[in-house]
Amino acid sequence: MPAVSKGDGMRGLAVFISDIRNCKSKEAEIKRINKELANIRSKFKGDKALDGYSKKKYVCKLLFIFLLGHDIDFGHMEAVNLLSSNKYTEKQIGYLFISVLVNSNSELIRLINNAIKNDLSSRNPTFMCLALHCIANVGSREMAEAFAGEIPRILVAGDTMDSVKQSAALCLLRLYKTSPDLVLMGEWTSRVVHLLNDQHMGVVTAAISLITCLSQKNPDEFKTCVSLAVSRLSRIVSSASTDLQDYTYYFVPAPWLSCKLLRLLQCYPPPEDGAVKGRLVECLETILNKAQEPPKSKKVQHSNAKNAILFEAISLIIHYDSEPNLLVRACNQLGQFLQHRETNLRYLALESMCTLASSEFSHEAVKTHIETVINALKTERDVSVRQRAADLLYAMCDRSNAKQIVAEMLSYLETADYSIREEMVLKVAILAEKYAVDYSWYVDTILNLIRIAGDYVSEEVWYRVIQIVINRDDVQGYAAKTVFEALQAPACHENMVKVGGYILGEFGNLIAGDPRSSPLVQFNLLHSKFHLCSVPTRALLLSAYIKFINLFPETKSTIQEVLRSDSQIRNSDVELQQRAVEYLKLSSIASTDVLATVLEEMPPFPERESSILAKLKKKKGPGAVSVNELEEGKREGGELNGGGERGGDSSAIASTPSPSADLLGLRTGPPVTAAAPSTGSLLVDVFSEAGVNDDGFLSTQVSKIYNTVLVVFGYFNKKILHIVPLNDLSERELVTINEQTPQGVFVMAPFLKMFRALTCTILLGLGMALLENVDPNPENFVCAGVIQTKAQQVGSLLRLEPNAQAQMYRLTVRSSKDTVSKRLCELLAEQF
Amino acid sequence: MQFMLLFSRQGKLRLQKWYVPLSDKEKKKITRELVQTVLARKPKMCSFLEWRDLKIVYKRYASLYFCCAIEDQDNELITLEIIHRYVELLDKYFGSVCELDIIFNFEKAYFILDEFLLGGEAQETSKKNVLKAIEQADLLQEVRRLCFLKAFRGQKHFAEQYS
Repeated sequence: MPAVSKGDGMRGLAVFISDIRNCKSKEAEIKRINKELANIRSKFKGDKALDGYSKKKYVCKLLFIFLLGHDIDFGHMEAVNLLSSNKYTEKQIGYLFISVLVNSNSELIRLINNAIKNDLSSRNPTFMCLALHCIANVGSREMAEAFAGEIPRILVAGDTMDSVKQSAALCLLRLYKTSPDLVLMGEWTSRVVHLLNDQHMGVVTAAISLITCLSQKNPDEFKTCVSLAVSRLSRIVSSASTDLQDYTYYFVPAPWLSCKLLRLLQCYPPPEDGAVKGRLVECLETILNKAQEPPKSKKVQHSNAKNAILFEAISLIIHYDSEPNLLVRACNQLGQFLQHRETNLRYLALESMCTLASSEFSHEAVKTHIETVINALKTERDVSVRQRAADLLYAMCDRSNAKQIVAEMLSYLETADYSIREEMVLKVAILAEKYAVDYSWYVDTILNLIRIAGDYVSEEVWYRVIQIVINRDDVQGYAAKTVFEALQAPACHENMVKVGGYILGEFGNLIAGDPRSSPLVQFNLLHSKFHLCSVPTRALLLSAYIKFINLFPETKSTIQEVLRSDSQIRNSDVELQQRAVEYLKLSSIASTDVLATVLEEMPPFPERESSILAKLKKKKGPGAVSVNELEEGKREGGELNGGGERGGDSSAIASTPSPSADLLGLRTGPPVTAAAPSTGSLLVDVFSEAGVNDDGFLSTQVSKIYNTVLVVFGYFNKKILHIVPLNDLSERELVTINEQTPQGVFVMAPFLKMFRALTCTILLGLGMALLENVDPNPENFVCAGVIQTKAQQVGSLLRLEPNAQAQMYRLTVRSSKDTVSKRLCELLAEQF
Repeated sequence: MQFMLLFSRQGKLRLQKWYVPLSDKEKKKITRELVQTVLARKPKMCSFLEWRDLKIVYKRYASLYFCCAIEDQDNELITLEIIHRYVELLDKYFGSVCELDIIFNFEKAYFILDEFLLGGEAQETSKKNVLKAIEQADLLQEVRRLCFLKAFRGQKHFAEQYS
């Protein structure tokens, strides 16, 4: 029985709710609701004007129906009418309705805003609060436009009641969050900050949320709040439990206010003023001390409130990262919580320690708890706690414990929840790469990852292991051997086949000497998995086969037999069919030299940011991967190449010397610098995006340009073109790439309106690589290619700029020799 | 706080308060997924979980789950106590509150919530002051509450069960 009378109870509403609850089925419920809706509709439309009480009742019923989950498309007008009533309960229901069923009808919005304005200026605090609550609940742009100017005034006015001030502060906060540009604090700033000193704790509590948000966006304007916050906090922390009366919660003085003050302080660096800083440090020490004292109450509310303040204080200490004494104490406190009875505290301790692990002062202290954390990983029943333990292991990992941690994470992965496997895989991959001293350990780890959680090993992970193996000569043999052994398992994951296929294709020769892994054995091993794999994997395997033909001529006839079979050359998948046909042809007509050149070993990859880190960051949100980590990754990645000369930043645009030897596929030619494009907008670098594309394809094109010559074009991972003319193009002169002779040949010719796709096909048909997103004008086409004559290689770049209106196009070709450019232009012009 | 949901053990939503602008469709989707996730948790598990990019803090009081979604930097333990304070307020207002009170007086539950939290932040943390504000508003009403409505209720009072 309620102690106080609750006013009218809207009997009709209660009856209606009972009816709904008594409905035996969903259909009965819908029937009853429809009946009521019809009733209400007729009452609203009826001739008799409804009295306030009835209107209130019906609007409330509509609200109830809406909250059940049904759509309501009327009643707004009546709700708005209720707003202008002088009866509090009617106003209340009206406001509740319109804040729950937000309507974007502009006429209604105008009426609502009017009603709010009236209530705001009514000087009746209860009405003002209702209006402010409504604005805070809806927070629409229209409301911000109408009231963002008025509310700060109400907030700081001397005669505003405390309860109204509280509502005004949080209302303003809501408006600021949704329409920051409309809330101009300017003249109110200092008065708002001064609210921190208000006598009424409720006002301070509300104001501080507003100030925290504003400080984050305008730290300088609000920095005077720091010292005020510190003194307020200090007063609370040192107060006896009887001082704060109503604001003491289970013997803890003002816990919400304390937490908010500590949050506010996290928006700023440690205070510069010595006195302020001293007071703050004293505060924090007091809080840490109190945690060690016996509790004043057995109730969980007491310990939760006390610990809430403690955790927030620890967050502040971590944020400052400048008081080693406090950091170590915080770490020890968290260490105690790690073994606490209460699961909540263990969870929070693990979470807090994660942040602590990245501080240089406490990193070592955190590491001392490694056994506890590993134990948590193994024994915690709650999956969210286990996940936190895994996160902490990741954060505390460094050279000294990497092997141990990776091993633990791998064994955890075997039984981990499916929802977290992908993230775990990424983390293990990152750790293995970052702290690998011995790269064979790295290769083992990744292969283990594939074995344990193959489905969750994303492309970035296995691309990376291949990049690393290719870049490091010392681990290639080991990789080949390990992968060969791994493939022998009866049921191995498709990702393993991909990695195995690629590595054996490149480095199978390193283990071919051993009779157990002779070429034919390798081929049969790979081929035994062929029919179990998806199309992309099969495509990769086909590429591996042609590489085998190059590496091991003795396998040629066996492999050709396979390629020739109907299941390959008449395969229903276009990609597979194309590859089978072309590889077969290539193997039969190319001389060994040509074959060797086309299928030359993949050159080392240039350095770039690990795409795995990027993927993890994307998954977890921006906070997950610290900038330090990313930069470290870049630095440490320099070791990837094993100190090779290749390297250098491939993302440089234009003039920086980049390994454009890679660009043009010239392993034998002199290192070529990327020529500065005369127009300034051409991006010479082909490696514009991180991430390796699909393995490669060979496409046989018979081109009219070269008349009866059969030309084989191909491009592999890095969009390198090898255009191998099989006849000598004798009219070409020997050329060397020389950056000092940029040439442009401008051809204007009329042409019929072309569709972009058609143009693309033509350009691709020439065997050049079409570079996307290189030219700022999306209408233009940019291509790059290498023309390999028997004696020389000629790099060329091409830009086609169509001008639809003028029905003309401009074709620019650049290569090192005028004659080559001219000839290419002529030939290409024929195409268009 | 981004939103607060109250739902029964059967997954019926008793109160929904949204502090961020979302479409109705999104709200329904979130509700469905989150209710399912929370109901799947076992009793001894901790009160916090990560869901999408939010932290979820929940606690069960008798037949009702109170579930809040907070942002990454918010304090979980204090949110638990926000939930508790809200339950205390309801309890004081209704006198040994139970789920039925919230069903039949849903509008009151919203009003009480608004006096305590606004825009997702704690507005007034003194229990006395919040109740005073609500009672003042009630005094503005004229018709006495019909007592026989209490006869509808027979369910166990859930506030007794918090420890």
